[in-house]
Amino acid sequence: MSQYDVVVIGGGNAALCAAIEAAEAGADVVILESAPEHMRGGNSRHTRNFRCMHQGPLSVLTDTYDEAEYYEDLLRVTKGQTDPELARLAIRESETCLPWMERHGVIFQGSLSGTLSLDRTNAFFLGGGKALVNAYYACAEDLGVTIRYNAEVRHIDLSEGRFSAAVLADGTRVEGRAVVLASGGFQADLDWLTRAWGPEAANFLIRGTPYNRGVVLRDVLDQGAVSVGDPTQCHCVAIDGRAPKFDGGIVTRLDCVPYALVVNRDGARFYDEGEDVWPKRYAIWGRLVARQPDQIAYAITDQKAQGLFMPPVFAPVKADTIEGVAQLLGLSGDSLRQTVAEYNAACRDGTFTPGVLDGLATDGLDPPKTNWARPLDTPPYYGYMLRPGVTFTYLGLKVTERAQVQGAHGLLPNVWAAGEIMAGSILGQGYLAGFGMTIGTVFGRIAGQEAAAYVG
Amino acid sequence: MLDNSLSDEATRQFQICNSCRYCEGYCDVFPQLFSLPEMSAAQATHLANLCHNCRGCYYACQYAPPHEFDLNLPAVLAELRQDTWERHALPQALARVFHAHGVAVAAALIAGFALLFFAMAALRPEAGEGFYAYLSHNAMVLIFAPAFVLPLLGLALSLRSYWREIGGGWVTLADLTRMGGSVARMKNLSGGAGQGCNFEKGSRYSNARRHAHQATLWGFLMCFAATSVATLMHYGLGWEAPYPFWSPPKLLGVPGGILLCLGTGALAWLKLRADPELGAARVWGGEMAFVLLLFTVSATGLALYAATGTAAVPALLAIHLGAVFAFFVLTPYTKMVHGFYRMAALMRRR
Ligand SMILES: Cc1cc2nc3c(=O)[nH]c(=O)nc-3n(C[C@H](O)[C@H](O)[C@H](O)COP(=O)(O)OP(=O)(O)OC[C@H]3O[C@@H](n4cnc5c(N)ncnc54)[C@H](O)[C@@H]3O)c2cc1C
Ligand code: SF4
Ligand code: SF4
Repeated sequence: MSQYDVVVIGGGNAALCAAIEAAEAGADVVILESAPEHMRGGNSRHTRNFRCMHQGPLSVLTDTYDEAEYYEDLLRVTKGQTDPELARLAIRESETCLPWMERHGVIFQGSLSGTLSLDRTNAFFLGGGKALVNAYYACAEDLGVTIRYNAEVRHIDLSEGRFSAAVLADGTRVEGRAVVLASGGFQADLDWLTRAWGPEAANFLIRGTPYNRGVVLRDVLDQGAVSVGDPTQCHCVAIDGRAPKFDGGIVTRLDCVPYALVVNRDGARFYDEGEDVWPKRYAIWGRLVARQPDQIAYAITDQKAQGLFMPPVFAPVKADTIEGVAQLLGLSGDSLRQTVAEYNAACRDGTFTPGVLDGLATDGLDPPKTNWARPLDTPPYYGYMLRPGVTFTYLGLKVTERAQVQGAHGLLPNVWAAGEIMAGSILGQGYLAGFGMTIGTVFGRIAGQEAAAYVG
Repeated sequence: MLDNSLSDEATRQFQICNSCRYCEGYCDVFPQLFSLPEMSAAQATHLANLCHNCRGCYYACQYAPPHEFDLNLPAVLAELRQDTWERHALPQALARVFHAHGVAVAAALIAGFALLFFAMAALRPEAGEGFYAYLSHNAMVLIFAPAFVLPLLGLALSLRSYWREIGGGWVTLADLTRMGGSVARMKNLSGGAGQGCNFEKGSRYSNARRHAHQATLWGFLMCFAATSVATLMHYGLGWEAPYPFWSPPKLLGVPGGILLCLGTGALAWLKLRADPELGAARVWGGEMAFVLLLFTVSATGLALYAATGTAAVPALLAIHLGAVFAFFVLTPYTKMVHGFYRMAALMRRR
């Protein structure tokens, strides 16, 4: 048994920001991270940037990105499902976060090659999220924070209507006067995911850490904490079907769809591949593929499409005929040949322009391909596999503007939450690139300050 | 023979990096890697020689072992570099022995001592001033001229063969300036933003290795310049050693020797604290012995200067010259070659 001022549950960005703030305010802090040291940092270690408001050039960010524009961008992706107060707070505070992050060891770099469109809105971490997490751990260590790895929290003791201890898997009680819950979502618990989404979810790939199993989230919800966000939904994108079950991260993305023809297991097309540019469609495709038999889809391109998208980590299958590709992918050669023939017949003349909506659409095909529709006629042909990959879940804890958790009978006096575990209030739907780290940093810092002030 | 398993493994890892790009800002390797339309064994070899083993990309990598992607770029590039140096060396067998085995380096050092003690005993001059009282200038030239020129000649041939392998073309003034600027600041150990590299402190950044390396490099160059100036003074001006403190050879040599001593001492100390698995682990002993050999050269040189006029001079002279001899002769077969290959890699047009 041990006793601390502030107990921080989780070891990702939100947890670290909270721990650092609390320790800087003089509190005696412990971080309980369920992962071993080499896997520390949750999904935060897979990230590359955070979205930051700024009134003029700031560090690596060019030009201006003001509150109004940021908020509009958010409304567009969430279709209005956001808590405006919390969202505006996150946006406004993001500007002060960047210098704070730099002071605590995070180093930024200009936007990565191939992501120029983000150089105004998103600040990239040099070395990515794991380097950021490393910097914060070093900072926390220097501040005297106790860090415990392999410390999975199974239960938060709220028995008196307030936090008294976190109970670890081995039964150890870690007592504290305040707690910050920052243990992420539940996407790595496939049983929970299948209960929420349906049996298809068993075939989903989990893009990030296997440690975010929602144990703490479930535990406090069961004790009456108020939830926000759709319990059945997850942010689900189309990724390379050969990616590992967990932790494949950023490199499993597959950007070929707009320049491909996509079929399901039965060799049939099911959606307009050319509806929009890929960054605006990869999330939709996650859901589309999830609805196909076996939750799998196949993208076919020909030689002409090579070089139009980032080369994937897993080499595609390659053959000189459509049947050859079908065979390598385990599809029926006849149906794929027929689908390609119908598609090719529906392609018309016009100018093909990659990267922008070129309006080169099929004629009389259902579903149509409305941009970049060129016949598949130049061997060799390539075949890629797509599966749904889960980034995060939307269900979370309801919190106040001071990140305080709402219990069954009002605010829990000494319980705060930050990061993915409460992001559902702001990101009710969709996703805005770089906003996950913004929410974690802003509310992690607030939670740490509040918890330290409470025990102060 | 080019070791394909190494370049294949580097290529596999490069492909993952190419889809990730998070480490773009650390060093020159990544921007060059991302601009390549296609990877080849020669390109991998070039990138390996460009890598300065700062290790930033290992500690930042979310795919480092035990992740199944098993990313350890610093190690595979170090192995590939090592393979380049041994493959292009003349003869290869000597390189394989001295690169890997500290004992072999130590044996060469002892042989150097023995040679010099023997030479001083056998060729003791009738007269002479300073060091030349123990070993005549002509005898020194007889021993050191070939020990200096032959290895350099061999190294030049090796570099030519490397340059051909990586398809290096004509070198322009701009290439030279770029290389010079990068070496002078050890830009590729700066971590990209001046925070340094990840060597002795694991996932924390530190500039210790960069500074120790620069002390070693500048110290070495100053000692080298001291010897060159002295040679010019000897033959050009007829001004023979011993030189007083306020003379160019001493003004370069003494601070140079101190820098070299401190730099190599620090490098050896840092090496003890770093994770050998992020380098070419099989040559750890040879690398360490090479650093210590340079340390011996500088420390005995300073000791010799400090002992001026005492009875210790003849013994110290033999030891110092023996160490210098071993260092020269081993140049093409030890870590010393890294500097030449690195400069070539930095000079290659992008
Ligand atoms: C591949 C990928 C790329 C992404 N890229 C970006 C990006 O570039 N920018 C961006 O803003 N967002 C990105 N995101 C989203 C981002 O990762 C999250 O929004 C953010 O990391 C959430 O931070 P967090 O601290 O709340 O959770 P996490 O970083 O996931 O941390 C949760 C922590 O809790 C620990 N934990 C879980 N359960 C327990 C328990 N029971 N007991 C103790 N500890 C526990 C975990 O081990 C982990 O350390 C990406 C996500 C993925 C999967
Ligand atoms: S070393 Fe790892 S983090 Fe860095 S670019 Fe390569 S894959 Fe990405
Ligand atoms: S070890 Fe350093 S220099 Fe080498 S590739 Fe990685 S980041 Fe670049």
